[in-house]
Amino acid sequence: MIPDKGTRHTRDAYAEALLELGEKDHRIVVMDADLAKSTQTERFKERFPERFIDCGVAEQNLMATAAGLAATGKIVFASSFAMFATGRAYDQVRNTIAYSCLNVKICASHGGITVGEDGSSHQALEDVALMRLIPGMKVVVPADYYEAREAVKTAAYVDGPFYIRLGRPKFPVLFDEGYRFQLGKALLLRPGKDVTILACGIMVYNSLVAADILAREGVEAEVLNVHTIKPLDEEAILASAAKTGRVVTCEDHSVLGGLGGAVAELLSEKLPVPLKRVGIQDRFGVSGGVEELMEHFGLTPEHVAEAARSLLRRSL
Amino acid sequence: METDTERGLKERLESICKGVRWDVVRMIGLAGSGHPGGSLSCVEILVCLYFYKMRHRPSDPQWPERDRFVLSKGHAAPTLYSVLARAGYFPREELWKLRRLGSMLQGHPDMKRTPGVDLSTGSLGQGLSAACGMALGLRIQRNPARVYALIGDGESQEGGIWEAAMLAGHHRLTNLVAFTDYNSLQIDGPCCEIVSLGDISAKWRSFGWEVYEVDGHDVLEICRTLDLADNASSPTMIIAHTVKGKGVSFMENSVEFHGKAPTREEMERALREIEES
Repeated sequence: MIPDKGTRHTRDAYAEALLELGEKDHRIVVMDADLAKSTQTERFKERFPERFIDCGVAEQNLMATAAGLAATGKIVFASSFAMFATGRAYDQVRNTIAYSCLNVKICASHGGITVGEDGSSHQALEDVALMRLIPGMKVVVPADYYEAREAVKTAAYVDGPFYIRLGRPKFPVLFDEGYRFQLGKALLLRPGKDVTILACGIMVYNSLVAADILAREGVEAEVLNVHTIKPLDEEAILASAAKTGRVVTCEDHSVLGGLGGAVAELLSEKLPVPLKRVGIQDRFGVSGGVEELMEHFGLTPEHVAEAARSLLRRSL
Repeated sequence: METDTERGLKERLESICKGVRWDVVRMIGLAGSGHPGGSLSCVEILVCLYFYKMRHRPSDPQWPERDRFVLSKGHAAPTLYSVLARAGYFPREELWKLRRLGSMLQGHPDMKRTPGVDLSTGSLGQGLSAACGMALGLRIQRNPARVYALIGDGESQEGGIWEAAMLAGHHRLTNLVAFTDYNSLQIDGPCCEIVSLGDISAKWRSFGWEVYEVDGHDVLEICRTLDLADNASSPTMIIAHTVKGKGVSFMENSVEFHGKAPTREEMERALREIEES
């Protein structure tokens, strides 16, 4: 059973990490593109107005300006919604930030279908894939408040570009104050021998619930929190896949190019085992409530459990 | 009226310009690809910056108090490379390896590979934003260094240029000076026939910039205007009226030579023309 620790916003975690960073390091500069209330960078602005720059509704300018700031020695956190930070400003992120390995940390909120009612134009379902394609970019999708907070603090001192995807809704809390984030190290949350479930973001919680469902049916699922999509923890994933012989990936993102895509690439080259990718099946999003959308697009714990069952049936 | 000192300055700068033009034609000719037209049009601008205005140390390219330069129209890289080599950032022999595998001189500027390059550019419409970021960063640090940038007229069709224009005007970035290399031609033809820039000075002025228009091949006019910009109360835009392909008769005002290298024979002819000028 998963202990109930309530729910919290990963965006709040971002704001708190920024305040802590800004307090002790004068190189920290925070930028936004007219979404400071939503991304929560507003709290940094209130405390350190001289180190906060709002570019207005101009995400391309946000990213290229961030690159220039980083070129003068700043550690820049640049925020917008995941759709605009990665989609609209892709060229700026690729060519002006990442190509020169500049210290810009893109922390984007509102990733995934869980944006909800705003609908397709605001539901980034390919942001992780876009960022993962860029050489040298680190990509992290935190599962809860504490993981988000620690990932942000880690990003500040890992040289070069970094992408962190935050959510709109509150995520179930999984960890606690003492949580230690390790970039590039998948975290074993539940050991098992029958099937491996790899998850990131809000789907980590759903995977743990799915593992409970499966346990009641006599299936021992191993759950790994793959918070770092790049660099991917190949060793841990291959070891688990070798043990169970079946892998399910779970993400609030397109099954193309994100966690599922990365794992498919890895397994097909190094350890071809049956794989099922839970995520958005190459479709655009739609408006709706978060719970309704999770059901509609097949992201509930029951969907994850069913994906695992289908693999188990296949190998009987 | 020119003073004696100005006459000396003019001779010195024009002589460097002639050398840079020679380098540019030879670099692109030997590479077999590149952008001669827009490289030759901005020679005087870069020479005035690096040999008159900017405070920089070729022996210490990362000197924190150096003035920065961003070549937003990155395809004019050969001009920047020649200027940097002649200023002493790296040996001139490197110039002849332009665009070759393993060369420090990429097709477009690369800050990680080339000493003296302050920002990697190439995808148009981004360098001016980055220059704004630099100006903001230096201001936060109370660093007195200034930031110079060069954009193209064709490049001004990119929306990002105007996002940067608005941000710089809003923040009154007095430590930012940009040039527009107004050579009036782009790949597909004359700018005024593709998408006209309209009243470009009025546009920049309306975004809160101090605007000057100069003859982009008159080194003294460029230097005097750069001095005026030191005391601006807003960011400065210098519209430099230039001739694409300047200095090589058959490249001047030619759309064809935007992105086409001269043949070996054309290169030899162009080099002779420059030598005899």
